[in-house]
Amino acid sequence: MELMNWIDFHLPALVVVIPLVAGILTVFCGKRSGPWAWSCLVHGFVFAMTIRLNQLVQNLKLLPVEDGSTLSVPTHISYFMGSWPRQWGIELRVDALNAIILLIVAGIAFLTTVYSGKSVQQEIGSDRRNWFYTVWTLTIVGLLGITITGDAFNVYVLLEISSLTIYTLIAMGKSRDRRALTASLKYLILGSVGASFILLGIGYLLMITGTLNMADMGESLRALENPTENRTLLVAVAFLLVGLSLKMALFPLHMWLPNAYTYAPSAVSALLSATATKVGVYMAFRFIYTIIGPVFSFETVSSSELLLLCATLGILVCSYNAMTQDNVKRILAYSSVAQIGYIVLGFALHTQMGVAGSIVHIINHALIKGGMFMALGAVVYRVGAARLTDLSGLGRIMPWTMGAFTAGGLSLIGFPLTAGFISKWYLVQACLEAGRWYLVVALLVGSIFAIVYVWRVVEIIYFGQPNDNACKAKEAPWTMVLPTIIMIGLSLYFGITAEWTGGMSEATAQFLLTEFEGGMQP
Amino acid sequence: MASYFSSYYNYWVYIALMMIGFYGIIAKRNLVKQAIALSLFQAGIFLFYISMAVVVEDGKIADAPIYTVDKELTHELQEAEHDHHLIVKSDQAFSNPLPHVLILTAIVVSVSILAVALAIIVNIKREYGTIEEDEIQQIEMNEAP
Repeated sequence: MELMNWIDFHLPALVVVIPLVAGILTVFCGKRSGPWAWSCLVHGFVFAMTIRLNQLVQNLKLLPVEDGSTLSVPTHISYFMGSWPRQWGIELRVDALNAIILLIVAGIAFLTTVYSGKSVQQEIGSDRRNWFYTVWTLTIVGLLGITITGDAFNVYVLLEISSLTIYTLIAMGKSRDRRALTASLKYLILGSVGASFILLGIGYLLMITGTLNMADMGESLRALENPTENRTLLVAVAFLLVGLSLKMALFPLHMWLPNAYTYAPSAVSALLSATATKVGVYMAFRFIYTIIGPVFSFETVSSSELLLLCATLGILVCSYNAMTQDNVKRILAYSSVAQIGYIVLGFALHTQMGVAGSIVHIINHALIKGGMFMALGAVVYRVGAARLTDLSGLGRIMPWTMGAFTAGGLSLIGFPLTAGFISKWYLVQACLEAGRWYLVVALLVGSIFAIVYVWRVVEIIYFGQPNDNACKAKEAPWTMVLPTIIMIGLSLYFGITAEWTGGMSEATAQFLLTEFEGGMQP
Repeated sequence: MASYFSSYYNYWVYIALMMIGFYGIIAKRNLVKQAIALSLFQAGIFLFYISMAVVVEDGKIADAPIYTVDKELTHELQEAEHDHHLIVKSDQAFSNPLPHVLILTAIVVSVSILAVALAIIVNIKREYGTIEEDEIQQIEMNEAP
């Protein structure tokens, strides 16, 4: 009991510290399957901790605190690193929004780690396997850290930790295809420029507010006399929006993504597509909604229209690009950029329905795209590559993997009874509520393009003739198939009953829109 | 107008430095030059943070935040420190140390980025035999999708 209380109290710190230390220890786990087993253990443990953290945040509602004469319900858990007060130290802060993002990142990290075992054995040389898992775990530490921290500069540092490790992970794909190196360098340069813009934005916010704590920052920004006249704030928003858009691969700033996802090792593609860009969107929510406030960032600066334009163009152009590719990994990569468009669409609409749709789609798309990249990784494991011709006729040879891929594809289209349908349902409603019917048209055209690019692949899977390599292949090992089926199965489950995802997203949206608006809500 | 430029001198330099770096990232086709330009870009941001830390009091720019004691006060202060086991604040103004600390961290980050970039460039040179982006693109065009 004593120990459980101690763990509960220190949980926010442990979620980051345990994988950080364990990740470095991975180096000493030998060259065989030791690093993989150790990483599975660590990420399973971290996943369990995030589940507990979610419970704790949910339980906050049941514990009203007496605040003067009125009862108030705490909305977040605060943890002060090293017991330093938040003016000086780093605060970790878990509220309704980041508890769920933590759960997704940790859950998908666990599943992809289990999945990665066989595929890494094949794609990464045995002399580097322990280093691979060290870097892999550090990536996840960075992503978890960005999500949980309540300190703006800490976001930048953890962002660079996760980015640097991601560049390295992508470059490790070079043993299969040397283009992984150029893809990684391109991402490194663009990603560093994006992170530097975020650093500049944080600098300008520090100039105005004199603090780095996000909550204090938000408070003093809302107390500004006339924010519309404040040019420093304007510049801060501009830098942050550009930097964050680069990091989440919003349409014209997505050029780094297709090659990076295509040439990275299979397990890395699955991890990145499901977590990295999602954490980028989370940062945008944190900065735009809870620190600067949506009224200033969307209405005063009128970035809303610009973001909607980028999102819509992203949906249309990248879905179209996805139709013309021959490498299936690249089809999924372009489709990822389009799906970021959907997420940003809801984000920029700045209504409860829109934000809820955006959050639902973060969850659903993480499951769908992660699962689909896993299925492709299994194909690469058995057949050797993931071009359209390699998938030909695999429907009979690898029924489980290809079944999962097809179900994921249906979900991408937004077929009823899949998770993608729920997301699109929310987003369409949000667009109609906001009176923007032309966005609905863009959403539907995007779905039609999705039908085309998914069908191209599915047709070849089930009606094509297997080539020589495929004839020799068989179903992938169960450590690869099982996580794939769990991911896709969950996405189907959330399509049938959206009670949990939908309810939680709506609650989070309400929290975001009311908690941080103060008197500014029109 | 002249004072507009001179009083924000540091900021102009930071913007100029950043833009030179940005130009290099976009326009240079040599990968090592791009990495250098990226470092320059980030150095501009460091200057911005350091400039932000400057505190001007009574028209004078405050000192670096190193604990110094005025000569006349030495005896008095030392006694006070000794008696109360405290560090007595002198009324001297210091520049804000927080951005300096932040930038120390950011410099470490920037060095790590440069190191990773150079490591990848070395690997590219080994695999492609060149570090010119145009030639690499030419080689990649002829490879299978």
